[in-house]
Amino acid sequence: MPTLSYREAMGKVLREALDNDPKVFLMGEDVGRYGGPYAVTAGFQAIYGEDRVRDTPISESGFVGCGIGAAMAGMRPVVELMISAFSLLALDQIVNNAAKLHYMSAGQITVPVVIRMVNAVGSQAGAPHSVSVESWLASVPGLKVVCPATPRDAVGLFRSAIKDKNPVIFVEHALLYKSEGEVPDQHYEIPLGQAEVKRQGDDVTIVAYLRMVPVALDAAEQLASQGVQCEVVDLRSLSPLDIDTVVSSAKKTGRCIIVEETNRTGAFGAEVAAQVYSRAFDSLDGEIVRVAGADVPTPFARHLELASVPSQEDVVTAVQSILQG
Amino acid sequence: MANSPSLDIPIALALYRRMSLIRRFEERVSELYKQGKISGFLHLYIGEEAVASGVFSALAPQDYVVSHYRAHGHALARGVDPNRLMAELCGKETGTSQGKGGSMHIFDTSKGFLGGYAIVGGMLPIAAGLALGAKLNGEDRVALAIFGDGALNEGELWESMNLASLWGLPVVFLLENNGYGMGTATKRACALQEIRRAPELYGIKTEVVDGMDALAVREAALRAISQARSGKGPAFIEAICYRFQGHSITDQLLYRERAEEEEWKLRDPIAKLGNQLEDAGMKVEIDTIAQEVAKTVDEAAAFADTSQWAPEQSMYDHVFAEAE
Repeated sequence: MPTLSYREAMGKVLREALDNDPKVFLMGEDVGRYGGPYAVTAGFQAIYGEDRVRDTPISESGFVGCGIGAAMAGMRPVVELMISAFSLLALDQIVNNAAKLHYMSAGQITVPVVIRMVNAVGSQAGAPHSVSVESWLASVPGLKVVCPATPRDAVGLFRSAIKDKNPVIFVEHALLYKSEGEVPDQHYEIPLGQAEVKRQGDDVTIVAYLRMVPVALDAAEQLASQGVQCEVVDLRSLSPLDIDTVVSSAKKTGRCIIVEETNRTGAFGAEVAAQVYSRAFDSLDGEIVRVAGADVPTPFARHLELASVPSQEDVVTAVQSILQG
Repeated sequence: MANSPSLDIPIALALYRRMSLIRRFEERVSELYKQGKISGFLHLYIGEEAVASGVFSALAPQDYVVSHYRAHGHALARGVDPNRLMAELCGKETGTSQGKGGSMHIFDTSKGFLGGYAIVGGMLPIAAGLALGAKLNGEDRVALAIFGDGALNEGELWESMNLASLWGLPVVFLLENNGYGMGTATKRACALQEIRRAPELYGIKTEVVDGMDALAVREAALRAISQARSGKGPAFIEAICYRFQGHSITDQLLYRERAEEEEWKLRDPIAKLGNQLEDAGMKVEIDTIAQEVAKTVDEAAAFADTSQWAPEQSMYDHVFAEAE
């Protein structure tokens, strides 16, 4: 099985989509001549031309809305926001138009747009560039929110996202682009709304998504050497949410930890915890522990930024505490 | 401003019919609101009928339309079924959106009417996208974006004019300048001394037209739509008009002078064209139109009244589009 980086995985599916579907086109800031802010689309414009790999002005509400409109006109746009934080400038288009047009038109309009965005926390970009919006957007009815953690998942989920008839927020992570993993040669798709048990274990369930998945897996590996078997559940998409997989794992282990990079208050882990409590309360041996980012604007200095997001050590400590508790 | 061209009787009658239908429909909507049969946010188009009637008479069936929260007149002028429109305003299952859109969110894709957008300026990037989609698909479609003077100060207007001009998109920007963004006069909200110069700076062909004159609006729209359709890039129309009633049904009109209102009402677009048609010997025809539109509106009100409410469970429909 070939090994691809997360960056290569994204590029592979984008090329495939451009090759196979004339309705697909890409647009965003510096996706073309520059080669993509994270080099995912390097060389694409020379192959597919300026119409299909379309550089946009720095005009987020304009080009995100434009992608929504093009989707309404029957195209399959893949719109790229360089950094997730830039979606703040396009929130009316995403929340009020993309998410609601199908509903408010009683199904007359569909908006098959994929909006890619990159979480950059951990890049020492300072507070504004480090905003993560997936928790907020997952609370909006009408949006699908997908957060792949591995190259294999990026390929399978992105294929499904492009085929989906609904607006899909596809969240990538700047610190994952270099990570590598096996990607099957044969065609496969991963349906949106299917969590995956990334590691089996009987003692503690660790729920994570996006960059916290490798952190959780590393913690699980470290704990295994101490005789603790963690089960790591990767949500993969926040909306639709596959709570069943989380609940059955929590019922099996009786202990549940939720790890997320974004700051704690109001973050998605709270929703997961509430749902696990309501469905698995009697099976739990203790309270659900949330390991989340600090409730601060992400600081710049390296040591402060590192301290503001969960680390492998934080997860290990949480597992040890829940086992003692 | 362009002068009103000499009277073309069949066209003038068609415009008169459209304007009369909108006026009569809106008057009935206002009555139904007072009777409690319509509730919620409501913005009437009375006074501005010449703009919708003129522009839509120039638009082709395949063209796209996106509008704003004062969209009943646009929908009617586009040929949306008055029965289904009235039912939507009443929140009934037979409405254009089965009661899930409401007054500010009218959709009829069979007419290319792709929505009223109630957040000011929100329709503008959508229009650019519809035009981009049409262009990439190689389709002969123009996207008409209707917005008010309130949107002049929204960044999305500038973003969308820039994209449309940069990419040569077939967008027609139609500014309905009725002088007020809700209760704030345009001159108190917008520093542009001459609005038309703004789109012109983006290289957009721009025309200012008397929005109280349906024939003049139609002529300006024909030129703008032809410009956009020819692939020469977007066009911009500023229609100077006036709403005779408040911003919304609950508006007390504390911010306007009664004298100003009376002055504008002397320019009532329906009375104006009606007089021209009477002078041209069309008295019988316009009386007939008045009777016919009254009947259409009666039927629409009755249709809405006798329609059912959608079952509660239907609120869960259409959150997501189902896979094929």
